[in-house]
Amino acid sequence: MTTTEGTPPQTVTVTIDGREIHAQPGALVIKVAEDNGIYIPRFCWHERMKPVGMCRMCLVQIEGAKGLPPACTTPVTDGMVVETRNPAVKKVQDGVLEFLLINHPLDCPVCDRGGECPLQDQTLAFGPGESRFVEEKRHFEKPVPISELVLLDRERCIQCGRCTRFADEIAGDPLIDFGERGGEMQVITYPDEPFRSYFSGNTVQICPVGALTSKPYRFKARPWDLASVETTCVNCAVGCRGALQSSTNRLVRLLGVDSEPVNHGWLCDKGRYGFEYVHAPDRVRNPMVRKEGELVETSWPEALDAAADGLRRALDLHGPEAVGVIGGARGTNEDAYVWARFAKGVLRTDNVDCQLGDGIPADVILGAPRATIADCDRAAAVIVLAPDLKEELPVLFLRIKRAAVDLGVPLIDVAPRAHGLSRYATALVRHAPGEAANAARKLANALTGSVTGDKAIDEAAAVVRDRAGDVVVVLGRPSLAESPQSIVDAAAALLGAPNVRFLSALRRGNVHGALDLGLAPGFLPGRVALDDGRDWFVSAWGGAPARRGLDALGMLDAARSGRLHALVLLGADPVGDFPDRSLARQAVAGAGFTIAVGSFLNDSTRHADVFLPVSLWGEKLGTYTNLEGRVQRAGQKVSPEGTTMPDWRVAVELAARFDDDFDLESAEEVQDEMARLAAAHAGVDASLIVRARDGVVLPLAEHRDELVLSPRRIPVTDASWEPIIPGSIPDEGLTATRLTDVLEATGTGATTTVKPAVEPVGDEIDEAAVVEQAVSDAQDLTAAAPDMYRWTPAPDGHAVPPRDAYALRLVAARKLYDKGDMVVRSPSIAALATAPILLVNPADRDRIGVRDGDDVRATTNRGSLVLELRGDATTAAGLAFLAFTQSGPGPADLIDATAAVTDLRVETLK
Amino acid sequence: MADVGETRIITRRMHERPDDSWTIEASLGSGGYDGLRKALTMTGEQIGQEQVKASGLRGRGGAGFPTATKWSFLPKGVYPRYLVVNADEGEPSTFKDRMLIERDPHQLIEGIVIAAFAIGCNLAFVYVRGEFALGYDRLRQAVDDARAKGFLGTDILGSGFDLDIVLHRGAGAYICGEETGLLESLEGERGMPRIRPPFPAIEGLYAKPTVVNNVETLATLPHIILMGGEEYAKLGVGRSTGTRLFSLSGHVNRPGNYEVELGNTFRDLIFSPQLGGGIRNGGSVKFFIPGGASSQWLTGSDEHLDAPLDMDAVSALGVMLGSGAVMVYDETTSPALVAWRLAKFFAHESCGKCTPCREGTGWLEKVLYRLSHGLGRPEDLDLLLDVGDNISPGLNAPFSQTTICPLGPSAVSAVVSLNKYFRDEVLAGIAAAEVPA
Repeated sequence: MTTTEGTPPQTVTVTIDGREIHAQPGALVIKVAEDNGIYIPRFCWHERMKPVGMCRMCLVQIEGAKGLPPACTTPVTDGMVVETRNPAVKKVQDGVLEFLLINHPLDCPVCDRGGECPLQDQTLAFGPGESRFVEEKRHFEKPVPISELVLLDRERCIQCGRCTRFADEIAGDPLIDFGERGGEMQVITYPDEPFRSYFSGNTVQICPVGALTSKPYRFKARPWDLASVETTCVNCAVGCRGALQSSTNRLVRLLGVDSEPVNHGWLCDKGRYGFEYVHAPDRVRNPMVRKEGELVETSWPEALDAAADGLRRALDLHGPEAVGVIGGARGTNEDAYVWARFAKGVLRTDNVDCQLGDGIPADVILGAPRATIADCDRAAAVIVLAPDLKEELPVLFLRIKRAAVDLGVPLIDVAPRAHGLSRYATALVRHAPGEAANAARKLANALTGSVTGDKAIDEAAAVVRDRAGDVVVVLGRPSLAESPQSIVDAAAALLGAPNVRFLSALRRGNVHGALDLGLAPGFLPGRVALDDGRDWFVSAWGGAPARRGLDALGMLDAARSGRLHALVLLGADPVGDFPDRSLARQAVAGAGFTIAVGSFLNDSTRHADVFLPVSLWGEKLGTYTNLEGRVQRAGQKVSPEGTTMPDWRVAVELAARFDDDFDLESAEEVQDEMARLAAAHAGVDASLIVRARDGVVLPLAEHRDELVLSPRRIPVTDASWEPIIPGSIPDEGLTATRLTDVLEATGTGATTTVKPAVEPVGDEIDEAAVVEQAVSDAQDLTAAAPDMYRWTPAPDGHAVPPRDAYALRLVAARKLYDKGDMVVRSPSIAALATAPILLVNPADRDRIGVRDGDDVRATTNRGSLVLELRGDATTAAGLAFLAFTQSGPGPADLIDATAAVTDLRVETLK
Repeated sequence: MADVGETRIITRRMHERPDDSWTIEASLGSGGYDGLRKALTMTGEQIGQEQVKASGLRGRGGAGFPTATKWSFLPKGVYPRYLVVNADEGEPSTFKDRMLIERDPHQLIEGIVIAAFAIGCNLAFVYVRGEFALGYDRLRQAVDDARAKGFLGTDILGSGFDLDIVLHRGAGAYICGEETGLLESLEGERGMPRIRPPFPAIEGLYAKPTVVNNVETLATLPHIILMGGEEYAKLGVGRSTGTRLFSLSGHVNRPGNYEVELGNTFRDLIFSPQLGGGIRNGGSVKFFIPGGASSQWLTGSDEHLDAPLDMDAVSALGVMLGSGAVMVYDETTSPALVAWRLAKFFAHESCGKCTPCREGTGWLEKVLYRLSHGLGRPEDLDLLLDVGDNISPGLNAPFSQTTICPLGPSAVSAVVSLNKYFRDEVLAGIAAAEVPA
């Protein structure tokens, strides 16, 4: 942990088991002991939650204290003398374990936790050898589902309250609690209200016994058969750290790893369970080319030749401006960089966009001052001008909720309607669709000190002005039914307020890495504008685009009108993802030669002339960049399915067919090239990436203080139910409390010394020297390379047409579970996606003359849909909300991507 | 044995006006709120640290903690602060607070206003046991009447002091009589005890400084003010001053609530014709539980029967006066059966929060059930003691505990007493019940 600047931290001295220890005052005995290698057994205590002292496993003796206080609720004080291993403590530990076991069913052989169970481990290490309990154990119905994903076995439960506290304190979804009392006390859900939390899987991970199991993992493996690798989740752009586990070459489980700057150990359920698509039966495993109208399997050489030929033909006949690349926001940084090099350096087209009209122009994301996730914790205020983070970036939602609720950071919610964070907000600023800029302008004025006359805004601004620190604006697209220009203008307005920094709320897994590395029109790798970097990359690559190209909307429009003669879909599905489906459909049909680089046949890739299947997350090594610009590693855990290869290697192979030898053989070599050529990545080479415990925030020179290097370290508890320390995951699996240490420590209950809790493994490195070298490399390159882009907002030219009295203005935003390729092929979560329902204000519902649940016809200039309608008080009058889903009828059928806003007419069906 | 009678201070009105003692008219017609009038002429400090301190008043809920000292723990200058009245009388065979609430609610309200004035609190809460339907109705009426007469509300009796009372009904959980469990329940949470520290005086209700006092304790305050603390302290013996209301039950001829000056003996209480009136059918005391179900037991020996009703003296015998419930058992009683029935109560009422109590009370109950129903094993008594030792290390009184609150250790008292006084009887019973091989 970093200490606060200036004043050296005051410490107290405590003696634990005879060892003198210096600790922060107020730190808990259990934590101080653990940090110094003395493991005090526990079940209920979890470092990320408030202590409750329920399980009584951590009772210790403290000189002068009455009885045996719990180590988890007792803060250290100067001169405190603690005994954790003496006979009195051992007697109590035996007693508590015996108590916990008397009613615990010994069905360990069929329990998911068996083998990684702290009740087993601590019984072995601290407990009595046998039970004296001869009565009948208590019985409950064996596992009952408490949600679609989680099952509860009340017989196994030891009532530690970790799950109920997580649901309430961390997730803000208090849907489970204790019912009954005494021996009958049990975790319950409320009647007719299942534990339907987006974060439910965390309770399974932190459950210290097998009381909570998850449907996706249940009975899939024994813990000792699992192999693990540390990785980064790419279901969204938060970049949660995880431990990816496989058994018999199949991915079976993802556990949250406790990264201090990012996810605190938590994952959302989509991230945790949404990897099943990797093994989907309908995955494209071998390359295909179109022959006589049909896509048929073929060899890689033939498919690559066909792809290169098609591209060459388009280039030769129509020039680089007739070639486009859409996608790349789900691959690794290495994929993005090599594809950028191929598209911009070899094909020399700037028609490249990793976003699908659902994002924010690269200029803003790359060129505005940036904040990190942790900056929210110490911000003067967090302004959320984004879609519902709970739906799109769930763990960022947890972090911002924590900042607001636990750390007292004022939260200002700017949105067209209430969302997950609204209940924690200090101030609510509501605006009509397309008019975020007006609200932002008002807010910026208030923050600058003007009185706007809007009471909520003025009061919130006064609070913010009294606080030190930056104002973090979480910036995203609150609605896909409005032009991104409204958000660009809002960002411009807020940039006018003092100390504003932005945290991007773009959603797609590696969209920030792809933008950084040049998969956007007008940019080259390293956050460098095309015009600024052209010479640098021409000399490095041998070529670069002559002029700025088209974004996704522009490319689709060109394709529709026959001006795009070759189109590469880099893991993209415009028909599913582009907000304006009729445009996307016509574009895909109208594009010339089409290459799909991807994994699944969908409404877009079905039209391809060549299909090049690539390996997916979990099957390849690489790095991803999260929404704060943090480059983190993802590991390979299983071998790629079929003959698939990483996207970047496909680009290398295609380049070779244009007589350009990229000379890149591994992901590490690509990383080294990025570190040499991409300004934002300066210094971030393979050797630094592998050592950076929490990844590297770009650019390194600005964020050197956040860089923590550590050799691999193994904590005393590398158990899955405890916070998993980054860099601590052994390849052979993450199974159990390290009993050797614990046993050695306890023996017969006599006091002995124990090993340090965190034990360095491998060669010690001189951390300071490595950081110094990396930073110095970075500075050298930054001096030589073109400057990184800084955004200067253009004058506001955005106009929103008036809404006529009969129309409703549409708000369309994503839900966590949608109908995307990955979700529909992950059976555990696929069923959680719901059909879109048109939500309108109850007054509008009544005016239309229908009841909740009635079908209505919604019509725009783009199309017409029959939808179920419901009244919803959080939707203001004049608005209509519709969840965005990829496949099936939805808002994409109604949105005109070329318009500022989408208005719809609602008619009853008669 | 002297013919000891009651010393009626807090029960005077209900005996004098049995037909309407709970009404505002009866109260005002018999000196009601005179104590408050007098108290309002003093300062809070004078009430607490002079009068109440001089009276030697100790809490009547069970722990017997000096009331003035408890009040003095409130941190200076931290407001708001709350007075919470523990009217969740749930200790088995304790029924004194119920009578005080039902028969003389104004006496309690007067005590609340005096205490609140003394500690500087403007909002008091009364947590009334859910089963006290009549008591709740009468208390609610009394609060309304007191407010109408200016004893509650703003500017009470022109003193400038404001106080209102919130009545809250419990839902039937013994644990909510434990002060921090009560506070949790009052806040709308599941009734489970809190980890201490922080103590309620520092962080109690809604994390504000809070005094939790028992009904009888508060009902005594008006009389201390009227009599003067020093005068009150002349009643009683040693550090056990004044009177206490004892709930006498079991095999006595005249069960009921008796207000007795402290210092009299258990023999007085059980046998005096004006009090317990002796054992039914002319029998003798086999054993008795002197201070509610949580206490260890005493026997019918002269040493025990002649022990004075004095919190410190009984403490020396390893028992407590506790809530003032005295349960008397004659020679026909099976101690193992009593122990089992008590264990069943505690197992039923354990809140489940901490492991030793949740699991341990249930285990004790199961073993005691066997033991008292002809299914005992010779090793069971020692097993019970060791299980008890894991809940309450050392098996002493006052207890030490591995639990969060005293509920778990309370369940151990019966086991310890059973072994201490009736080990041979229990073992003989086991042997007799054993089916010969």
